[in-house]
Amino acid sequence: MKPPLNRNMGSTWWLSRGAYFLIMLRELSAVFIAAYLVFFLICLYKVGQGPEAYGAYLRFLWSPGMILFHLVALAFALLHMVTWFNATPKAVRVWRGEERVPPALMIGPNYAVWAVITAFIIWVVLK
Amino acid sequence: MGTPTTQRTIKLEVFRYRPEEEDEPTFQTYEVPYREDWVVLDALNHIKDTVDGTLSYRWSCRMGVCGSCGMMVNGYPKLTCAAFLRDYYPNAIRVEPLVNFPVERDLVINMDDFMRKLKAVKPWIIRKKEQPLAEGEYRQTPAELAQYKQFSMCINCMLCYSACPVVGREEGFIGPAVLALGQRYNLDSRDQGRAQRQETIFGHEGIWECTFVGECSTVCPKDVDPAGAIQMAKVQGAMEYMKTLLPWGQRS
Amino acid sequence: MAEYETLEADILVVGGGGAGLRAAIACAEIDPSLSVAVISKVYPMRSHTVAAEGGTAAVIKSNDSLEDHAYDTVSGSDWLADQDAVWAFVKEAPEELIQMEHWGCPWSREPDGSVAVRPFGGMKTERTWFAADKTGFHMLHALFQTSLKYDNVTRYDEWFVTKLLVEDGRCQGVAALELRTGKLRAILGKAVILCTGGAGRIFPFTTNGSIKTGDGMALAYRAGVALKDMEFVQYHPTGLPGTGILITEAARGEGGIMVNKHGDRYLQHYDLGKPLDVHDPNHPQLRQMELGPRDRLSQAFVKEMEKGNTIEGPYGDFIYLDVRHLGEKKINKKIPFVRELAKNYAGIDPVHETIPVRPVVHYMMGGVHTDIETATSLPGLFAIGECACVSINGANRLGSNSLTELLVFGARGGKNAAEFASENAISDKRALEAQARDEGERIVRTFILKQGGTERISTIRDQMTKAMEAGAGIYRTESSLKETWDTLMRLRERFEKIALDDRSNVYNTDLTTALELDFMLDVAASVAFSALERKESRGSHQRTDYPDRDDAKYLNHTLVYRTEAGPRVEYQDVVITKWPPAERTYGKK
Repeated sequence: MKPPLNRNMGSTWWLSRGAYFLIMLRELSAVFIAAYLVFFLICLYKVGQGPEAYGAYLRFLWSPGMILFHLVALAFALLHMVTWFNATPKAVRVWRGEERVPPALMIGPNYAVWAVITAFIIWVVLK
Repeated sequence: MGTPTTQRTIKLEVFRYRPEEEDEPTFQTYEVPYREDWVVLDALNHIKDTVDGTLSYRWSCRMGVCGSCGMMVNGYPKLTCAAFLRDYYPNAIRVEPLVNFPVERDLVINMDDFMRKLKAVKPWIIRKKEQPLAEGEYRQTPAELAQYKQFSMCINCMLCYSACPVVGREEGFIGPAVLALGQRYNLDSRDQGRAQRQETIFGHEGIWECTFVGECSTVCPKDVDPAGAIQMAKVQGAMEYMKTLLPWGQRS
Repeated sequence: MAEYETLEADILVVGGGGAGLRAAIACAEIDPSLSVAVISKVYPMRSHTVAAEGGTAAVIKSNDSLEDHAYDTVSGSDWLADQDAVWAFVKEAPEELIQMEHWGCPWSREPDGSVAVRPFGGMKTERTWFAADKTGFHMLHALFQTSLKYDNVTRYDEWFVTKLLVEDGRCQGVAALELRTGKLRAILGKAVILCTGGAGRIFPFTTNGSIKTGDGMALAYRAGVALKDMEFVQYHPTGLPGTGILITEAARGEGGIMVNKHGDRYLQHYDLGKPLDVHDPNHPQLRQMELGPRDRLSQAFVKEMEKGNTIEGPYGDFIYLDVRHLGEKKINKKIPFVRELAKNYAGIDPVHETIPVRPVVHYMMGGVHTDIETATSLPGLFAIGECACVSINGANRLGSNSLTELLVFGARGGKNAAEFASENAISDKRALEAQARDEGERIVRTFILKQGGTERISTIRDQMTKAMEAGAGIYRTESSLKETWDTLMRLRERFEKIALDDRSNVYNTDLTTALELDFMLDVAASVAFSALERKESRGSHQRTDYPDRDDAKYLNHTLVYRTEAGPRVEYQDVVITKWPPAERTYGKK
């Protein structure tokens, strides 16, 4: 008897559905965030080397390519953040008796804390 | 409830594979009467009864609880007893067997692997000591019941396996429905068998294979939320691992 | 189908629904050295137990008693149930449901953690255990998942049994078609338990899934075993028009009401008591109005239709089931599946709208004739569940007794079959294999290789179901039944000229559909014939030409046997132990 027919996923499976595409973007985001951290570490290193090295590096960061890179990295970071914030009520279920605490109530504080920290950083930077 | 009408028709492109006659699957197009209140399964039954008796597929309850009639409808895993023609009309509907499963014939998939995984998670109440029946039921408050109830609603339709790309790429992955079932028993206040399910759920073919695509929960017709069950288990697993790293923690 | 292979187990369980799984577990637990084979034409979790909704009855609360449960069952049966069987049933019921609880069934609970109960039709006390309104689903999955832990249970999923193998006067196996390969094989066993469910599919409008084709009834009937009380077919009063999807009696147990097109709670005109306001704390009243028995409610619908009080729809007349006053919260908590089904399949939300419903064929009270120990007249053959008739259901089953029946008699039957299997051996393997070989050849000859056939399966099936509805429905007469009988006989002849589209082996569902129709034609004929012979009205069997119950002549069970010359009927007295026949009253306390 013939074995049953196997239908393997093609290499373009992740293009077949929005949700799959999104997950691939999320996986890809790691590359950009890692690259951002490398640039950031270099930045710290340059600070240690003195004002001249630091200034040169800042000028490099203000180049159009690097600005574009940072915008893309920011977009990926936001995608990552939204995904994980929204996953909170799935991963952590809080109960009030028989009722589950509504997901919105679980997600909300994430955004609130994020907003507060972001505001603090902006305040520090602009001060 | 729409008025039955037989003038209008709709096309179904149905996946055909007869292993005794052909090596490669084909699509066969059937034109069936369009009715407002028909589901894809009704159309398939119409084909089988009046047009082509050679078409094979599984079905029984046609009310979304037996879990037999899952198929790909225009590329999405659906219970065909709950997929209405009116949501596709006037376009043609493409019907295929569930993906990520081997095909036996036409729309009939092979579910041996699923059944093996189902058993592997030990989906039954495990007790250190059974309470005699004469002492009555185990007490379980509505709040305790609520902890696992959602994960007990799975009808084994396997749509989530078709939606999950990890299932498609990693043959050993235990998969969404079975992991949710494992959680269903782990979260049941009557159960004491968590340690026995540890390897299956938290082992290398268990929850950590999941990359949280989330489509399993999107396609689930019974709102079981297997993705939620898995993420929950991940948090629990991670917390337990952290505890073992603490100086006073114990390695199990 | 050239190859033959013989498989063996000590006990064969045919059917993997609630009854079959309960019996298999009973066998497996009694003696771990016994091998048990569960042979089912579908994977067990697809079995139709899955569709049972409202609940399962057993005495658990202090305000209840075994006597009351037994009396409700006996009066509900219109005194046709055997009272010794009913007593065994109510007595063993609580322990069986507690056992289900220990096996993980997620019963709905009281705040203190004890199991909750709800009122059901024909019951004078709340005694129906439930898991929201998916009780059958949860029971089936709990049983199936629990069955996985027994290493001595082997499953044959998607094997279609076509014949019982009988040798030396004992049932010693089955011939079964493996759907995946198309091979027909002998599976030998020292005891065989039939648990194949009902036969609702002999009617056109039914709550039953496509798999409920009376296979086990026909298998036993063909092996010379009597079918008992086949004329008693239950119509559930609340099915969705068109699809026949069941709207559970729990909707009424929780307080839902039935109204006709004038908004009248018409049940009050049919000896079912007087209605209370839906907000009255005593609503719903037990054993009254909407909580009357199913036969009486379905009959009231027909009378209302005759009076022109029903609403006309594209799928026949209907009336309304109204649960709006329960409110969204209670509906979501107690009857969420009702809401899901009504939304998906009728396009209405019961929180805001009334649900259109009409009576729908739901359950066969009759079945394979067994004694109180589930044994049939053929040694080695047992039958349990809807395919069997013990009888605890008599002329009308009470809602929520059938799931309990699966468990109580599943456990009993498993135990008895295990005992029988330990005391008997396969007598003549060769002869049994030869029978299976003949059966395989019969199937090839009459279906696969047959040339010159002209009849389509679906044509004959449609005409059969229409004939059953027309002549053997809620109300019957001599002439309507005769006409149905004649049609069935003509269809049997035409079935000989059947032509399959599909002549292949792998998953040939054209073949299984034909085999099912073959079985259904036998079962339908037994229903029509038994109904023709019972010249009285009792429970679900209403003869307008004999409108009264006739205890002098018919306080007995119909036993119908299959013979070459046609069915032969015998009668067996009903066992009365405690409650002599009396008037069946509802609505008067």
